[in-house]
Amino acid sequence: MRKVQSLVIGAGPAGLAATIEIAKGGGEVVLIDENAKPGGQLFKQIHKFFGSKEHRAGIRGYDIGTQLLAETTSSGAEVLLDSPVYGVYPHNEGIMVSYLHREQEKALLAEKVILASGGMENTLSFPGSTLPGIMGAGCAQTMINVNRVLPGKKVIMVGSGNVGLIVSYQLMQAGADVLALIEGAPSIGGYGVHAGKIRRAGTPIKVSHTIKRALGENQVEAVEIVQVDDKFRPLAGTEEIIAADTVCIAVGLSPLTELAWLCGCEFTYIPLLGGHVPIHNENMETSVPGIYVAGDIAGVEEASTAMEEGRLAGIAVAQALGLYPPEEAVPLKEEVWNRLNTLRTGPFGQKRFDAKVELLQAAKGGN
Amino acid sequence: MRVAKHPILPPIKEPDITIYVDGKAIPAISGEPIAAALLAAGIKVFRKTAKKGYPRGIFCGIGRCTDCVMTVDGQPNVRTCVTPARENMRIETQNGLGSWGEQG
Amino acid sequence: MNEGVKYTGIPSAEELKTCPGVVSVSRLEKGPVAVIECVQQIPCNPCEKACPFGAITVGQPITSLPVINEEKCTGCGLCIACCPGLAIFRVHKNYTETTSLVDFPFEYYPSPQEGSVVDCVGRDGQFITKGKVNKVKKNKQSDGTTVVSVEVPKKYCMEVRSIYRK
Repeated sequence: MRKVQSLVIGAGPAGLAATIEIAKGGGEVVLIDENAKPGGQLFKQIHKFFGSKEHRAGIRGYDIGTQLLAETTSSGAEVLLDSPVYGVYPHNEGIMVSYLHREQEKALLAEKVILASGGMENTLSFPGSTLPGIMGAGCAQTMINVNRVLPGKKVIMVGSGNVGLIVSYQLMQAGADVLALIEGAPSIGGYGVHAGKIRRAGTPIKVSHTIKRALGENQVEAVEIVQVDDKFRPLAGTEEIIAADTVCIAVGLSPLTELAWLCGCEFTYIPLLGGHVPIHNENMETSVPGIYVAGDIAGVEEASTAMEEGRLAGIAVAQALGLYPPEEAVPLKEEVWNRLNTLRTGPFGQKRFDAKVELLQAAKGGN
Repeated sequence: MRVAKHPILPPIKEPDITIYVDGKAIPAISGEPIAAALLAAGIKVFRKTAKKGYPRGIFCGIGRCTDCVMTVDGQPNVRTCVTPARENMRIETQNGLGSWGEQG
Repeated sequence: MNEGVKYTGIPSAEELKTCPGVVSVSRLEKGPVAVIECVQQIPCNPCEKACPFGAITVGQPITSLPVINEEKCTGCGLCIACCPGLAIFRVHKNYTETTSLVDFPFEYYPSPQEGSVVDCVGRDGQFITKGKVNKVKKNKQSDGTTVVSVEVPKKYCMEVRSIYRK
């Protein structure tokens, strides 16, 4: 079996950043992804990113994706596409990673593995929720911005986190009308500036509202929304039926953790990070020696933090491979930690900061 | 419907291939996910469930939920959101679990 | 109903009054100036670097609200397209005896035509007044974000913040 120094699973923002760092340190690295194209969810992000210059703020997501791909290519890393990984097995000679390529089973043996598999959108159950025309907000975003196809003309958005707000805006940029954004909580979850964009475009934001049912024969034709009280109980008499051909669900994401479970990583449960997350330490290494995590699998955040975590894991892997002496690796990692911490401050970031601290403490057995 | 006019993004590619959905020819762009070509043609129902025959369409768009599976060139349960369209592909609305070969 | 950006997506009058990016009434009289309606502490600072005159300060931590220096701001408008939150506007209150210019970012298709009369809306997307499109600016630096300048009756200069999209 072919042996490699390191292998990164998932070519999204975290995986690309990790790959670049390992290669920069002089390490041999294979980046593997199930999709035909690398970039993960970066290429559907057509808005300008937040953060500071070091986080590539003010640059649109797809341009960041293009930059990362160019850096990956020039770094000399090997990229395997169309290759879903179905097994990660720690082994006495290394970590065996099994994958499928063009219907052929293949495997590699790596000294270090970084899992950067990302996350998946949550769904919501209500009568009619399986009707065609009801889809994840991220799915709609891929359709309009990557495939350039409008899934519908009259959209109801469910969920006011940044995904719901940003995708509403982008649906309007693509020519759809977003008739209403509804949110079960009494306040808006995402950034006010994103909410402000869709308000200026005329989309009402209805907090303390939920979707009661979707109506339609073969596809969604209308939705019934209803106001809820502070215990999320529907208030009779507040129902409203809105004709719509598309409902987008933006109620958070969950880490895609199958491979981490499979290889025996210890987990903890932190709802703020999306649910079950593999425990990791300051080097992003899990409870299984040699297996690291980065990005949404290590707790759902955003692309900017995913890139930083990828860098961190990449530097840590390079150090573990003996490519960096500690006196070089420590300041490099500190720089990344500082940038991560700045993204995790303020009224929106502080809770994620605290949740990540809880995750790090779990690694020390302090949970 | 295709998003031809956009304030930020570059012009779109023109359809360059034909695929057949339940026997009907629809234009597609080579390499785009089958699901995208279907939505562009206004097709939203991709399959019917096994027990009650309920309609289903695309949901997650990243190959995880399997709600968008159809029978493609005689092979059932193909995830149309991650399978690229190719010239002359035969796509069929899948009934239940589907079957190999022609749909009945 | 609860007021403010957290509940409605629209900063309340009180939030705007205490916002360090929103200039004083007296500064508005003196000439064109940036109005930064950024009222939530989010990790973001491109506006600070966008200003060639050093009139915008975010500082550390980067979640601090941008502070505008009224004296240094020349009203050049370069910051408008640099704000990822599209929360920066430019107001030239005394453009003429009776009208003001309001510049805002616009990222929809199609862009309005210069010289045309358009429906101007407020922060809630509701119609306020007709206005004349004075200028439509789009350049490489703004990376797809168009900056539209509309001429509106003076009394609406702190209310008009966009136009209907087609």
